[in-house]
Amino acid sequence: MTIPITAEDDTVQELTVEELRAKYGSGMTIESEENMLLSMGPQHPSTHGVLRLLVELDGETVVNLANDIGFLHTGVEKNMEAKTYTKALVMTDRLDYLAPMSNNMGYVLAVEKLLGVEAPPRAQVIRIILLEMARIGSHLVWLGTHALDLAAMSVFLYCFREREYILDVFEMVAGQRMMVSYFRPGGLWRDVPEDFVPAIRQFLDFFPAKIADYEALLKNNPIWLQRTKDIGAISGEDAISWGLTGASLRGSGVDWDIRKSHPYMGYETYDFEVPLETDGDVYARYHCRMREMWQSLRIIEQALARLKPGPINIDDRKIVPPPRAELGRSMEAVIHHFKLWTEGFSAPTGYVYQSIESPRGEFGCYLRGNGTPKPARVHFRTPSYVNLASLPVLAKGTFIADLVAIIGSIDIVLGEIDR
Amino acid sequence: MNDAVAKKLQAAFPEAIAEVIDFRGERTFVIDAGNLLPICQFLRDDPELRYNFVSDICADDMLPAYPRFALNYHLRSIPHNHVIRLRVPVADPEQGPPTLASLWPVATWLEMEVWDLMGIRFAGNNSLRRLFLPGDWVGHPLRKDYPLGYEEVQFSFNWEAIDARKPYAKD
Repeated sequence: MTIPITAEDDTVQELTVEELRAKYGSGMTIESEENMLLSMGPQHPSTHGVLRLLVELDGETVVNLANDIGFLHTGVEKNMEAKTYTKALVMTDRLDYLAPMSNNMGYVLAVEKLLGVEAPPRAQVIRIILLEMARIGSHLVWLGTHALDLAAMSVFLYCFREREYILDVFEMVAGQRMMVSYFRPGGLWRDVPEDFVPAIRQFLDFFPAKIADYEALLKNNPIWLQRTKDIGAISGEDAISWGLTGASLRGSGVDWDIRKSHPYMGYETYDFEVPLETDGDVYARYHCRMREMWQSLRIIEQALARLKPGPINIDDRKIVPPPRAELGRSMEAVIHHFKLWTEGFSAPTGYVYQSIESPRGEFGCYLRGNGTPKPARVHFRTPSYVNLASLPVLAKGTFIADLVAIIGSIDIVLGEIDR
Repeated sequence: MNDAVAKKLQAAFPEAIAEVIDFRGERTFVIDAGNLLPICQFLRDDPELRYNFVSDICADDMLPAYPRFALNYHLRSIPHNHVIRLRVPVADPEQGPPTLASLWPVATWLEMEVWDLMGIRFAGNNSLRRLFLPGDWVGHPLRKDYPLGYEEVQFSFNWEAIDARKPYAKD
């Protein structure tokens, strides 16, 4: 595999500003020689990670903008092709590190679809509770950092205090605060401990007052309103053609939530609303996410009422390893255990695409099996990556200070952008 | 909806659909690259279909099969709440299908990812550049003949030195 290097390829590090402009050509044609080209990031607190933006400025107004990503690229998709279906699961935690439960869910659902199995009811209910906890936890980080970018420091401290409680719940069930890998193809890693239900109940008791606190700090705050109203507006039609999903799409008045339209894990049996806003600006996206937290609480409350004892894994020894207790008594269990942890289970030939509503939007997983225990191709449609595409459109003509507000409002996580 | 879209597509493009695949409740239409643009335009604008949202463009390397590559376009109809997949076989990655940027502006961005990691060129997309990988990177890592590891990483400054001691047949 020899691929010759051309002379142009070699000079990337020494590009002049003009060449840089030419390189980012399509998105980055300089409008006037008077304008200034500013490199923002990758180490910049308000780019929420290692995002680099090339911004063309006329005074303080953004004339043009190009995204430069890839600083966190770790080849997740390639790596997963070399691991068994179960072992590849741990890579998905590292995509969107603020909502690892959602990533696990997207991947596990795709594997289950490929295998043609469905998790038992108890596992589904536990998954729903944890998915909605993850949504709240992710929105808390979004709210805290978004407010911090716009100089409301105290919100950040409150949000992280409550998020700590959610991470403690994750640690209780999965043994890990962030890289949980708790959902497995066919069910869960293990059942939830006894303290789980009281802990969730306690959360449901104290958290509504906390959301009310955040809203009291921001909702009618004149500084907040001035920094977010009419900033970075996009119409519903444009949002669709730019592929926006999640609260960024619903903020523009498009009623689209995968939990409603293509329900998974029995979301269709829960009673909840999809918050909609019509303005499409930073404030609309903020308000959508705040209202989503209330709806998540409603879902958790209903799910808790449905949590009945029962199996948490499917009864298929070719996919789910046997319980520990059986290993001492049954030779077959030992064989299954050995086969699953050395070779893994095989998925049929074919490809599936499964999408879920992650806190940031549509998280899709394309999975191709070829009859072996390792996936032939895994691809993630990550909401942050696609949402970032519209940033130049949203930011054009705004002040550079507002650019920070817009980045915060589309809620990106660089881990899942760069993969 | 699966059958409605199949019937409509068959009526509008009788020659274009090479194969219809159903797997796990998902419908795939295999079409060739030349028909991609008119089919997408039709799917987007027909009032009974309205596939107005491109969810994902994803490339697949089917080595050793021929044609080697395949592109999956996951199109979503928000008004009618349905997803279909268009699968376009690509034999020569340098002669890929036309870009969908004229229908959905986000397609440029999705195609950039495909080019960077799988090396399929889209006709008419002038923004194809290194996105995830460094600007001087050579090769496309998601291809099946690209090694995963156990191999020295070649950068531009040490490409030749590593190439000289690599054990494969040289021309």
